[in-house]
Parts: sequence; C-alpha cells; structure tokens
Amino acid sequence: MAKSTRKEIHPFVFLTHHQTPKFKTATLRLAFLTQLDREHAAKNALLPRVLLRGTERYPDMAALAMALDDLYGATLVPKVAKKGEIQCVGLTASFVDDACLPEEAEILAQMAALLGEVLLRPVREGGQLNAEYVDGEREQLLDEIRGRINNKRTYALTRLTELMCDGEAFSVFRLGTEEEAEGIDAEGLTAHYEALLGAAPVEIFYSGTASIEQVERVLKKALTDLPRTEPDFDMGTDVRMNSLAEEPRYFEEEMDVTQGKLSLGFRLGACMEVPDYAAIQLFHYIYGGSVNSKLFLHVRERLSLCYYASSVLEKAKGLLLVASGIEFSKFDEAKGEILAQLNAMCEGDISDEELTWGKKALMTDLRILKDEPSQLEDFYLQQTILGEDDGIDELIAKVEQVDKARLVEIANGLQLDAIYFLTGEENA
Amino acid sequence: MEQRVYKTIGETLYAGKLENGLQVYVIPKPDYEKKYAFFATSYGGADRRFRLDGQWQDTPAGIAHFLEHKLFDTETGNALADLAANGAQPNAFTSATMTAYYFECTDGFEENLKTLLEFVSTPYFTEESVAKEQGIIGQEIDMIEDSPSHVMYYNLLKNLYVAHPVKDSIAGTVESIGEITAQTLYDLHRAFYQPSNMVLCAVGDMEPELVLETARQILPQEYHEPPVKDYGPEDEKPTVRPRVETAMAVSQLMFLLGTRVKAGKGGQAFLQNELTGHLAVQYLAGNSSPLYVRLYGQGLIASDFSCGFLSAPGYALTEFGGESRDPDKVLEAIQAEVQGILQDGIDEPRFTRLKKATSGKLIRGLDSVENLCYEQTECHFLGASALDRLDVLREITSQDVLGFVKENLTPEQFAISIVNPK
Repeated sequence: MAKSTRKEIHPFVFLTHHQTPKFKTATLRLAFLTQLDREHAAKNALLPRVLLRGTERYPDMAALAMALDDLYGATLVPKVAKKGEIQCVGLTASFVDDACLPEEAEILAQMAALLGEVLLRPVREGGQLNAEYVDGEREQLLDEIRGRINNKRTYALTRLTELMCDGEAFSVFRLGTEEEAEGIDAEGLTAHYEALLGAAPVEIFYSGTASIEQVERVLKKALTDLPRTEPDFDMGTDVRMNSLAEEPRYFEEEMDVTQGKLSLGFRLGACMEVPDYAAIQLFHYIYGGSVNSKLFLHVRERLSLCYYASSVLEKAKGLLLVASGIEFSKFDEAKGEILAQLNAMCEGDISDEELTWGKKALMTDLRILKDEPSQLEDFYLQQTILGEDDGIDELIAKVEQVDKARLVEIANGLQLDAIYFLTGEENA
Repeated sequence: MEQRVYKTIGETLYAGKLENGLQVYVIPKPDYEKKYAFFATSYGGADRRFRLDGQWQDTPAGIAHFLEHKLFDTETGNALADLAANGAQPNAFTSATMTAYYFECTDGFEENLKTLLEFVSTPYFTEESVAKEQGIIGQEIDMIEDSPSHVMYYNLLKNLYVAHPVKDSIAGTVESIGEITAQTLYDLHRAFYQPSNMVLCAVGDMEPELVLETARQILPQEYHEPPVKDYGPEDEKPTVRPRVETAMAVSQLMFLLGTRVKAGKGGQAFLQNELTGHLAVQYLAGNSSPLYVRLYGQGLIASDFSCGFLSAPGYALTEFGGESRDPDKVLEAIQAEVQGILQDGIDEPRFTRLKKATSGKLIRGLDSVENLCYEQTECHFLGASALDRLDVLREITSQDVLGFVKENLTPEQFAISIVNPK
C-alpha cells in the first residue's frame, strides 16, 4: 500500500514522500511558492526556463538533453502553476523507477543531482545569468503569453477571471503579463532568482519505490548549496465573498470565431468562511463538473443549447466558473438556462439520484488520483496551499457524509459577479 | 485464455478469441484503483468505401464519428448517463481508422462492462434523434474548424494525399453529415460492429476470464465476415503539393511539415517500421538532436516544437511542427540535416543513447492504462502486440534508420502547412 509523509528536510524545504510500488515511472517535483503579483509573475515563470538552458556541468541544451537521454529518457520540465493567489514555480522530473532497471542504473540519485545542478548552478557570466539565454527565453515566454488566444475555450475563461477579478492578484495570468515580461533582463532576473533561492518556501514531491531515507539522502546532497536566508511565509489568497457590483458586470469581446464562448463567474460566497471543500467540490460536480451534472444533462443534452457546458472550480480563490460554447444567437437562452439550473439547486431541486451520481463520480475521481503520479503531485500541492491535512481517503470519507441541505446552502451563497461573451466579428 | 508473460517489463497479457471472432485482451494491474475497459471497432473516419456481401459502398465523410455519437442512445435513454450513474466515466472517440468506446471506474466493473458491451452492440436510432444530432455535430464541426491545429493538420494531409480519405476531417462537413439517415447508421453498424471486426481490451485489478465470459454472454454469437475496406489507389509519390498557407486568429505563425510514408506491412514488421520511423524522426529533429538545439538557439522554433511518426492501418506520415517566425528556414534546415545524414551516416553513440531513451519512454508508457488499451488495440488491428515493442526496439540498427531516412525523408518529399496570424 502507498503511504505519504511530509517532512522538512532542509530549512523551509518540505518533502512530501509518496511511496508506492505500482508505477514504472518515478516523479520528483520541486516548486518554490511565492505570492502571485503583477510585478513578479513573469519573472517567476521565466526562471525555470532559463535554468533549463544550461548549467556549469551541462553548459547548453544539447548537453542537458544528452544527460537526460542517458537517464533512460528522463524528462525535466518547467512547472508553473497558479493555486489561488500563490504561484508555484519549479521543475518536474519523470524517470524510470530504479526498481524496473538493472541495479547499477541508480536513476533517482542521478536525477536528484541533476535537479540540484539545474537549480543551483546555472551558466553565469560575470555573476549574472547568461543574457542570451534570458533574452531567448523571454521571447518564448512572450509568445506563450500571447498564445493564450489560440485555445478559445481556455482563453474565454482566462479573460473572464482577468476582467472579473480586476484589482485582485488572481487576475494575473499564470505566466504573468506581456508588459512585465518585456522588461525582464539578465540583471533583474538574477536578482530575483537569488531572492527566491534565499526566501521562498520549497515544496518537493516524490512518488516511487524509494524509501523516505533514500529520497531524503539524495535530495539533501543535491540541495546542500541551497542558500537559505529569511523564509517568506507571508503569502495567501484573498477571498472576496461578494460580487463587486449590484448587477453582474457584463463583458463582451469579438474575435474571428465561428462559435461563441459564454462564460459566467460566480463568487462562492458564504461557504468560503469556513470552507468545507468536500461539500463545495460535490456541489460543483452536481451542478456542472461531471457527465451527469445539471449543466451537461439539461443545457447540453436535453435542450441542445450548447456544444459544451461545464463548471470549473477555483477552490483556493472561492470561485466557480461556467464555460460554454454556443451559437451566437443562443446567448439569452443559454445564459437563462445555466442560471435556471443553479436556481433549481437553490430551491432544493437535487434528486437522490443526482446526489448519488455526483458522489460516485467525485469519489471515483479521487480514488483514481492514486493511479496518476502527476495528479497526485498536484493534489498534495493543492492541499498544502489550502492548509488542509486530509489525504485522499479522508476526503472521500467526507464526501460520503455530505447531505443535500449542505449543497442547497452552498448554492444559495453563490453570487454571479461577471459574464463574459466571446463573439464573432460580424455579430458584435 | 492464453497467458503471455513479459518478464523484462513486468507485465502479463491474457489473450482470447470468442467464436464470433471478437479478440479479447486483459492486462492485470493488481495495484491500480481504476479498472478500464476499451471496446473498439476497426472502423474510422477514413473507412468510407468498403465491400459487404459482394457490394461496394461509398459513404459520406463524418459518418463513423456520427455513429459514435448516436450509439450512446438506447431505447430507454442514454448509455453515457447509465454508466455515469453507476460511477463510471465513459467516453468515446473516432480516429481515422478506429472508433472506441471506453470507461473507467473503481467499483461495479462487471456491470459497467455489460452496459458497454450492450449499448455498443445494440443500435437504436430514430429519424428525430439523427436530425437533432446533425445540429449538435454541426456545432462541433464549427468549433473544430476554429482550431488552428486542426486546420493546419488537414491542410498538410491534403498536401500529401490526393485520394486517401484520411485527408478529410473525421467529423465531416455540415453538408456531408446532412446526408445521414437512421437507415445509413443501421447499415454501417451491421457492417462494421461485428465482433469479428472488434477488440475488447481491459486493464486493472480484474479476473481475465470474467472479461471474456461477459463478452460471450452479451454479444451476438454468430460469426460474420468483416467488410473489405478500400482507401482508393495508392497515391503517387512524391508529395502532391509542397505548400499551403491560411490565416486564422492565432498569436503567432504556426507550421506543420512532413512527409508521406508508405503504409507498412502488418505483424512484427509494423512495430519494426513504427519504431524505426520514430527513431529516425527523433534522430533528425528530436529535442536532443543538434538540429533542434541549433534551431531553438536561433529562435526559429519554440519549446512547443514537436516531431513524430504517425502510423496507422493504411497510412503513415512523419510530422514536425510548432510555432515559428520563419517556417521556411526550419524546413530548409531539416532538409539540409537530412542531406548531412545521408552523407555522413548515423552517429553510433548518439543512436545508442536515443535507443536507451526510447526504451525508458516505452517502459514509462506502461503506467498509463489508457495508452496500453489504445496501443494494444491499434496494434491488434495491424496484427501485432504493443507489448513486443521493447524486444523489437532492441533489434533496430542504425542502418535501419538510415534506410528509413533515405526512403521517406528526402528533401523533395516534404510538404508544409502554415497558419498565419490574421
């Protein structure tokens, strides 16, 4: 059986160790946690990319790529996540578990060493990060930030949160803003890098067959040179309970698209005072987060108003977003029905069947997390950031206990704060 | 069932065949929470012309995908909802050469398996539901036509193929799906959803015999000969049209370039060809190749660049794509690199390292139950077993790779598809 342990292995460096014999892939993720803000988000996002351009020992991408090929095709990729108003930046390594290879392979030890090398010994010139690497990666980051429009489905949700949470840190895009990214140079990034190394709490996650002693030993060795000064634990997410204006704000933008994207943003409201995440997540599953949800069955299947209609939960920030793809002319009808389904829940229209379906779907999803190292990693990071101690089994047990009254209560607390409509150029 | 133990990769495959011709595979994963079943027919978007009972038939584009959507309808409701209500997460997809229905669950596997087998083998269509679906899929077609990667991919295929139906979008067009009636769907179901044309593959903590017996119990007993497919005359080489450009709402120019590869033989030869193609493409432009590093350093490609070898029943191609400021320079550089390989041959240490990396990736791929089922099924349709890949990989030499480059990647074979920002 798998078991998870969390432990401080170096000053404000925490290891979550998940030992399991069942995978052939081992995972090692290292993330720095920092407050999300407009000034630093792009720098944070840029940093792991620059670090992956070359180190003292592996001075360019070719050398680094060869080293990874030699480790049986291990991968080491930048990781940038936004959890509420906390930005998590770092590196994720995936590699063949030592248990599947000849004894002398020792991939874990080599991978940890490589992770430390990339993190702590980047190529420098006159003490600063290599300017060519910084400039090259800055342009790539800018392309990626601009590339948000390429996927209209996610773009519509990103725009909704930007507009709805204007003035809140949450409005900052995961990779930062174009304006900020444009201004980054080697000097500024080096200073930021050193500050981050010194002060940001680090969360490491390992999943694989190795014991905690083994993992701790290789990591300690790899991170010996990590300079730690004053920890900066002063971070968190500001949860706004109410909508901003009396009437929901309406935003419309046009683009050359053939299908409209209607997105609605709700504040979760009162339930966020002492959040019961099991109940909140179940509410989301029944409303729009699963195949048997109200949005899917009624808005999409029964009324054919949308090609897709589903909800997205931003747990840490206390937001529920509804995403849908519609014909331009169906705006009023689709919006009306999406709200009518919520209204039904407010009035207690949640059948026993729906409750059972929602619970089954959510509990299955939670159990299945245990089969996916990358999702497990995300789950534990999320729990750490939410300040929740529950493991997967504890959370499942809580979901089982949620009753209808609790869900109705959550539904009644929701406040529609903003509507965003991405429409075609000729329809505006 | 026959039990095949793969010691080096620590997997066991159970294989059995029913009298009706259905192939069943089970790969036990005793530690996994999830149980997964994948039921697929060798029938996809490209299978438009076929012979059944001595008659050749031509069908409109998009029909396999349409049938996939409608098959979830049952006389009492909808199988998607039934499976979901029982805690399963069902879904389906249609590729150019396969339609697959699958679910994952933690509890109630047997019941869910029965539901899966029942709804896929029991068609229920009405004119009314077909008409309604024409609206839904019309929306889906609109949505995918907004997707730059979709448009770019099919533009490339139209450059590479004249006749092969793989060049047409799997979903069809609003016009082509407009021709579909309930009767067309019944006819196609009868033709292609015979157990003899299908595979059932399951992975997870389960009893292999139970899977086989459940299929025996639910599916029709009788054996019917599967239809004979026709993809038209083999397209002429080299490439039909070297270049196409279009403009869409994207932030940055995107490109996809590639070459058409002659569809390989079946059996072990398929795996041999698939892995050789993979190694050749990775050797040429994978992210540890000198070419990749150079292009990346020059800012000509971005971290989203990817390359691969796609091979399926009836067609195969190499592809290289991503964002770029100057895709023509990327194409030129790839072509020049090919010339270099043809002149200098393959660097042995680099080739050996690439094989080592590929073996590691194959081992890691075994963790994904979705992947396992899909690949085992696809390989079965080609007369091979996905779990043999590591053994086949070991035998591939640098000369095989050089041969692949010579035959399939010479400069005049390349075509490019570009999406410009509007």
